[in-house]
Amino acid sequence: MKPWPPSAVHQSLIGCPSCELLCKAPARFDGQIRMRCPRCGATLHTRKPNSLARTWALVIAAFIFYIPANILPIMTVTSLGKTQSDTIMSGVAYLLLHGMWPLALLIFFASVVVPLLKLMILIYLLISVQLRSPWRPRDRTRLYRITEAVGRWSMVDIYVVTILVALVHLGNLAAIRAETGAVFFGAVVVITIFAALTFDPRLIWDSLEKNHE
Amino acid sequence: MNQQTRIACHECDLLQQLKPPPPGGCARCPRCGAVLHRSKRNSLNRTLALSLAGLILFMIANAFPFLAFEMQGQITETRLFTGVTDLYHQGMWGLAALVLFTTIIVPAVQLMLMLYVLIPIKLGRTPGHLAGVFRLLQNLTPWGMMEVFMLGILVSVVKLAGMATIVPGLALWAFGLLIFVLAAAAAALDPHQVWEKVRYAP
Repeated sequence: MKPWPPSAVHQSLIGCPSCELLCKAPARFDGQIRMRCPRCGATLHTRKPNSLARTWALVIAAFIFYIPANILPIMTVTSLGKTQSDTIMSGVAYLLLHGMWPLALLIFFASVVVPLLKLMILIYLLISVQLRSPWRPRDRTRLYRITEAVGRWSMVDIYVVTILVALVHLGNLAAIRAETGAVFFGAVVVITIFAALTFDPRLIWDSLEKNHE
Repeated sequence: MNQQTRIACHECDLLQQLKPPPPGGCARCPRCGAVLHRSKRNSLNRTLALSLAGLILFMIANAFPFLAFEMQGQITETRLFTGVTDLYHQGMWGLAALVLFTTIIVPAVQLMLMLYVLIPIKLGRTPGHLAGVFRLLQNLTPWGMMEVFMLGILVSVVKLAGMATIVPGLALWAFGLLIFVLAAAAAALDPHQVWEKVRYAP
């Protein structure tokens, strides 16, 4: 692999995270002083502060919340006196049984696969950075970009519950209630979005440069 | 602005000269492939027009019911906001807050801040607190989820179609248009052109 010129951090330069202005870091910039971008006022860090520890904490929290999100019902449907609680998976099964398999696939993907895949990718990135892996950094950065982009689509189940709750309230005839599982699921989505935001993809490339030295 | 700016890639920290891409093209980081700059034709005018259209559509989408549900002669109508209040009345205030934030507050604030930034620039002035406002606008981006909500509407319609009659309302059409207008506004915006308007002492 051809050697790249050293990163900005090795030349005491910081790219502003907000407006991309290249700023000079003061000598012995150790993160103790709060430095702001002269143009837009954003706080400057050579790397996102405590990126690995914070991302690990959020990933673990999301995993813990993922369990009740899938076990507990996300909504209860009352129709003509009958009451039925649905979890995410039983909702998918219901759609499958009624022949709506494209929709079943969509919900299964958005609610089950995406959050889990996102967490797996983040764990892989965290471990590979901690092991200073030099393996295919370009592809790992691409993986990070994917986790950043797809997480929002998991919210679709939360919105479906919201819309059903608002549409169906006809007393005993038909009514839908949101249940605790939806709260945990919403928490998983929000936490994983924060986890992707706290991870710093530049760390993937840092270990590479240390290997050259 | 000078033709070539020195920047550090936001994804891999590689120092490089950013060459302005050809019209319609984009500049990528040679090391990690991150998109550094996309050139946009007539960026500020287009974003301004689309944001204005977006604000009007957003008001229509909020003011009128987007779906009506009919079962044995009884009808319920749903506005964007009734979902939030119903969740709140069921004791799900956390969910209500999340839905309120991602589908109403963030899109509304984004549209208004965008107009606050772009209208004075169009008139040749610099809006007050431009840097802080534009930074807030950028930080809000991951939390506006209108297009995901639209998918939620479609899923709900299909789910309920077997159970009762679903009648689309006026707001639904406004919604459908709004998704495209918001996406087009985001695609038309060239943040570099706004940052260049910020005066600062280096």
